[in-house]
Amino acid sequence: MGDHRYQEYVEKDDAVIDGIDVSGAWNRMWVPREVTEYDFTFLDRVTDLSGGESMGWCYECAECIGVCPVDNVGSYGPRKLYRKLQIGLDLFDHPDLWLCTTCRNCLRVCPKEVDMMQIMPAVREQAILNGNVPGELQEMLQNVAEYGNPMGESARKRMRWLKKFDEPVRDLSKEPGEVDVLWYVSDYFSYHPRGIDAAKAMVRVFNRLGVDFGVLGRNERCDGDSQRLCGETGLFEELAEHNHALFEQNPHERLVVSDPHAYNAFKNEYPKLTGTEYNVQHYTQFLAEKTEQLAGMFTGEFPRKVTFHDPCYLGRHNGEYEAPRTLIEAVPGIDFVEMFRCKEQGYCCGGGGGGMWLDGLTADHTFERLSENRVREAVDVGAEVLAVCCPYEVSRFEDAVKSTDNDGKLEVLDIIEILDSCLGDD
Amino acid sequence: MKIAVLLKMVPDLVEELEVDSTGKALDTEELKFKLNEFDDHALEEALLLGGEEDEVVALALEGEGNEKLLFTALAKGASRAVQLTGVQPGGSGEQATAFAAALAESSFDLILTGVQSVDDREGQLGPLLAARMGLPCVSVVTGVSVTDGGATVNKEYSGGVMAEFEVTLPAVLGIQSAQQPPRYAPVSKVRQMQQTATIESLTVGGAGGGAESEVTAMAPPEVGASAKMLDDAAALLEVLRGEGVA
Amino acid sequence: MSGVLVVCEHLSGEFADITFELLALANSLGAGDVSAVTFGSMAGKASELGSAACVIDAGCEDEYNPESYAAAVSTAVDAHSPDLILIGSTSMGMDIAAPVAAAHGLPLVAYCTTVEATNGGFACSSSLYGGKLGVSSQVSSPAVAMVLPGSCDGDAGRVAGSPAVNELAIPESAGKVRFNRLIEPEAGDVDITQSGVLVAIGRGIGSKDDIELVAELAELLDADLACSRPIVDAGWMEKSRQVGKSGFKVKPRVYIALGISGAPEHIEGMKDSATIIAINSDEDAPIFDVAHYGLTEDLFDVCEELVEELE
Repeated sequence: MGDHRYQEYVEKDDAVIDGIDVSGAWNRMWVPREVTEYDFTFLDRVTDLSGGESMGWCYECAECIGVCPVDNVGSYGPRKLYRKLQIGLDLFDHPDLWLCTTCRNCLRVCPKEVDMMQIMPAVREQAILNGNVPGELQEMLQNVAEYGNPMGESARKRMRWLKKFDEPVRDLSKEPGEVDVLWYVSDYFSYHPRGIDAAKAMVRVFNRLGVDFGVLGRNERCDGDSQRLCGETGLFEELAEHNHALFEQNPHERLVVSDPHAYNAFKNEYPKLTGTEYNVQHYTQFLAEKTEQLAGMFTGEFPRKVTFHDPCYLGRHNGEYEAPRTLIEAVPGIDFVEMFRCKEQGYCCGGGGGGMWLDGLTADHTFERLSENRVREAVDVGAEVLAVCCPYEVSRFEDAVKSTDNDGKLEVLDIIEILDSCLGDD
Repeated sequence: MKIAVLLKMVPDLVEELEVDSTGKALDTEELKFKLNEFDDHALEEALLLGGEEDEVVALALEGEGNEKLLFTALAKGASRAVQLTGVQPGGSGEQATAFAAALAESSFDLILTGVQSVDDREGQLGPLLAARMGLPCVSVVTGVSVTDGGATVNKEYSGGVMAEFEVTLPAVLGIQSAQQPPRYAPVSKVRQMQQTATIESLTVGGAGGGAESEVTAMAPPEVGASAKMLDDAAALLEVLRGEGVA
Repeated sequence: MSGVLVVCEHLSGEFADITFELLALANSLGAGDVSAVTFGSMAGKASELGSAACVIDAGCEDEYNPESYAAAVSTAVDAHSPDLILIGSTSMGMDIAAPVAAAHGLPLVAYCTTVEATNGGFACSSSLYGGKLGVSSQVSSPAVAMVLPGSCDGDAGRVAGSPAVNELAIPESAGKVRFNRLIEPEAGDVDITQSGVLVAIGRGIGSKDDIELVAELAELLDADLACSRPIVDAGWMEKSRQVGKSGFKVKPRVYIALGISGAPEHIEGMKDSATIIAINSDEDAPIFDVAHYGLTEDLFDVCEELVEELE
């Protein structure tokens, strides 16, 4: 049919097509749509980018708006961006560029496959090259580039969480050699107090299961996936090169990660750069294979009402909804209840796509934090515990519990912490 | 207009600073260096002042991390980057002598550097440099604008008070903060510079910048009575109540 | 000759605190007579400089000028050949110390917290690396030492008297640096120098978003918000709330420092607070050296807990 924008339409008095006489007032259906009267420069700037093409495929059905977590607490979504681009939004220099958390709910329902996971990094990369990067994000990017973690903590202190921790952990940088499981710990598990709680729980569970595992030690650096989605492709490449070399230097059977973002990076993005397929599993997948063994080891119960938040990057992005549930349901005494917005419909916590470091900007454009909205849902479903399995989530949800005045009503725990609490002699 | 920006790597305070076995110097083994944050501001100010026709030249002494530093300056928009070789960067006095020798080769209208750094025991680089070059110098500058043959600068005093000065060029300015926060250099741009751009090399004479002082010891500061460490927020609340504040 | 030369800073017709601190230090050295260099018409207030043996009236403009003041001090050094020249580690001092040292080939030691006379020279202790390390130097006389404000007890230097006043013949200024005007700070909505309780935030705050929580705490404590320089540089708070070297000097009853590391430039502005409470996750942060109470918990957790309890 060709690009209707550039065709000339002519109104005919007589029109016979394929033997059918369509002369009449209603042949005026071929009058140009009003959309062609717009200046497409701003939209073209996006669709001209490698990765930005799909923005032009939108036909404004608005399926995405119904599922966009940001629109739920503000006004956002691919269809709205498309409309704004039509009428002159310079997305390269606008807060709207930074509100998307790349949760993938829009792509799930889009009949035209408008892909924000491609569009956002492409546009953001240009914005950054032009010097338009939100201050809080800039600081985080500088921290990752300088110290290998977004907090700006000394890289040397990455293993500090092992101090005064009695459990044996093999630090491969000090005790090199083959190992069955290379456990990629990740930034938040290494530096954040609540992440460290979960990391210790992971070690205890691994040890009880007799897993032969090792960690990379001080040389481990941020996986870079969120930074890639912020538009810092160069930084992502640097981190991928670095981590890949570490994986190569430390022979292992499988790569187990605590973090769905790292899972996504190693499974889907690193191979594009390094040409290597990594045998990577999220820890819930790894442990879900061992539920029988675990079942025989539980010494305690967890008699509480627990709901589970599907992490976007394990769930929608990589199709894994069952493994975490297998683990939760294996815990003795647990009373598991699903939220309405679960599995494919899971509601984003707001941390993805750089959102973890854009709360200041986001707060100016939403009336509620995504994490607060989600916490309310957990409380509404009657849960006492909100179980998670992504390191971004614990701090986000714990903050939200307090800011929604639900302190004492809802506890946030990583699944590994729940498992750990039911194992062993503590 | 030709603007020179002097950049220095300094010990990163994020790391733990240990004193070596001599007890007089930093243990360099675990040390990490980063760009002096005030020099970053000086670079930003230079980039803001420099127009299409102007030249912003970043200079740094040879040393660990200094090449990446210079490539980053190029990625941010500096016109040229020069690394000074043939000199062991010692204290700020020796650095000033080395930079003075390098700058004597060309005629710069403005020479910007950070107001101070965490390790300039022998004094601030800007004023030391200006004294060696016989140039006027204003320190603690937070705003610069250039007019014909001169610059108008805002110098910060304490209490939020500022003073405006006119300075005849060429001059040295010690920058406290640029008129906007230092811009971000995307990693891909820095890597691109590392591949395509060149850092010029300039050999300067050895150090020998006048009388110095001798470091006799280096240690965490002695404190009379340091803080009474509290256990948690509840203990803090007790203290606040005791002070009649809560 | 010998003795100690003290460079007397002033602003708006009053001697700055540093002037008296330097005089106190000079007198404690036992290194000979103390001469005080004044500028502009400040020699007229020589009676405030009783702790000096003599006052050198260096003239120059009333309003500070880096070029002429440095040249004047240099001339004074020529005339009096002191063993030690004491200059404040201040905005003014930074312009003066280096040219004076260079003009006479003298060694310079900066950021001094202590200076003592030794055989043939002086032993100085400098606060470097953001206050994390003290560096001791030995320097032979004559030398220039820049002293951090707040290092010495200014009261010991505030002595009324009638020192001899000698006028110094100064060279004509090269005129390359010319003073235009003073710019007073925009009146903010608060004068933190008058606050009884201050809650100050530093880089540890993370993002502008989090200031809200601290503001809540401040309100519950009936305190004013303040901050360190990086917060103002980032545009998150107005300059009227900046504590430190280039901000304000405060002396509240209670100073609560949240996420402030304690670099000398900040300490300078608040060390005289009656009770200092510091919360910083870095147990090595220099702030704990001046604080009366410390806590290494996450500052948001602490704020939230406090806000909860107080509400």
